[in-house]
Amino acid sequence: MMTEQAAAPAASAMPRPTVISAQGLNLVYETNDGPVQALKDVDLKIGKGDFVSFIGPSGCGKTTFLRVMADLETPTSGTVLVNGVTPEAARKARAYGYVFQAAGLYPWRSIGGNIRLPLEIMGYSKSEQAARVQRVLELVELAGFEKKYPWQLSGGMQQRASIARALAFDADILLMDEPFGALDEIVRDHLNEQLLALWARTEKTICFVTHSIPEAVYLSTKIVVMSPRPGRITDIIESPLPKERPLEIRDTPEFLEIAHRVREGLRAGHAYD
Amino acid sequence: MKNVIPVLTVVLAILVIWYGSAVMLNKQWVLDQAARQDRVLTTPELIAETWAQDKPKLPAPHQVAVELWDTVAMKKPTSKRSLVYHAWVTMSATVLGFGLGTLLGFALAVGIVYNRVMDKSVMPWVIASQTIPILAIAPMIIVVLNAIGLSGLLPKAMISMYLSFFPVVVGMVKGLRSPDGMQLDQMRTWSATRAQEFWRLRLPASMPYLFASMKIAMAASLVGAIVGELPTGAVAGLGARLLAGSYYGQTIQIWSALLMAAALAAALVGLIGLIQRITLKRMGMA
Repeated sequence: MMTEQAAAPAASAMPRPTVISAQGLNLVYETNDGPVQALKDVDLKIGKGDFVSFIGPSGCGKTTFLRVMADLETPTSGTVLVNGVTPEAARKARAYGYVFQAAGLYPWRSIGGNIRLPLEIMGYSKSEQAARVQRVLELVELAGFEKKYPWQLSGGMQQRASIARALAFDADILLMDEPFGALDEIVRDHLNEQLLALWARTEKTICFVTHSIPEAVYLSTKIVVMSPRPGRITDIIESPLPKERPLEIRDTPEFLEIAHRVREGLRAGHAYD
Repeated sequence: MKNVIPVLTVVLAILVIWYGSAVMLNKQWVLDQAARQDRVLTTPELIAETWAQDKPKLPAPHQVAVELWDTVAMKKPTSKRSLVYHAWVTMSATVLGFGLGTLLGFALAVGIVYNRVMDKSVMPWVIASQTIPILAIAPMIIVVLNAIGLSGLLPKAMISMYLSFFPVVVGMVKGLRSPDGMQLDQMRTWSATRAQEFWRLRLPASMPYLFASMKIAMAASLVGAIVGELPTGAVAGLGARLLAGSYYGQTIQIWSALLMAAALAAALVGLIGLIQRITLKRMGMA
């Protein structure tokens, strides 16, 4: 149904190995009001090192798609491959880190303890745990906060800690489900900048669910526009913006042009009402 | 110490009502006595006599205080006439029953949370068990256990356990289920085992619930121990004191045993509160 459309110049020209691929993906929930088609015929390829944003109104299946990749939902039909294997195998191989909408830090664990949690579960040695906690805390600029408890940190800092937790075990893929949705605009800008810097440093593949157009355009190399009932992809935009992106880039004509196209895509998806 | 004045105000109000009620309830007996002896009582005399009977309907606070002083401070704690001895007997059954009840409640809660069959089947029985009047079942337990050679502490502790496991089951099922879908999904993204999920997420998340239900369980356990002492032939314990007091119309003895039971409950529940504070503080949750 959708093909890679135009606007894919220089930056994405070189071939990159595919990390995530979905083909003919359908997911139907049985509810009391009858079946709900959460995903319909979704085809998508995500290359290594891509920063992909999924944008669309609520009910468009963007979170569901992320959860399918994470093996938190099972598709009704179609295939998804993560690193060439099933999502379940990828989950067991600890191929991805998942950042949820809320930071979800355990109140009874310090920041360091929270970041150590997946490492304990995965059986890293004590010294390895300590070294990794230090490293990811520096990565999200929270060095020195290891012994603090979550309630002693602001919402933005908590969300950074939860990103650090997802980074701690060196997964190549970072799945983020509206991680900054609950934060105010200024904190959000700051975290977006930091996230880009982190992405550049770690060269991870990031899938990012959002419903903010500027956020999607600012962050992504690829923007997947989705629409609801049934949840489907209506447009895929390869961003021509350079990798280096100061916040001011949001005032350039190129940026506004992509934002416009995203908005058009979202509007097209709403044509029925 | 902001709350000293409100607390003292309440205590004062209770004392006023208590002394007033003592006058009202004991008045008739004093008047009857006076009529029999052809005495005419002035009001102060009447009041003084209502507060100084041997077997009043409602003893005055100072009478209970004197009885408490005599039986707590003036007797050796090992003497059978010492209230400390009886409180100790009741407390040992209470604490043992509470420990057993907490373990049983905890085990049932884990079963209910982790096992579908238990989830569907156990709770109705647990609730049904609490609708049986404990006064009816306590003598049966004592008799049955006696028949198989168990007597003394354990039968009483069993009755305490019977009452105290219930709040722990209810509280812990709620507590172990308190982690939300997101936290459980998160564990799944890390491919955590069920044991890891239990020890690292469900159990710590349930701690506030555990302590709340343990406080209720401790109070219930004390009631169970006292009830368990009633049918044992009034050998020892606060329940035995209550029973003996009621046989011989020793209301002062009954009231001092009641106050002792209340103090014991307050001390035991307070102890759990202290453990709760220390634990939650160490967990960074308080």
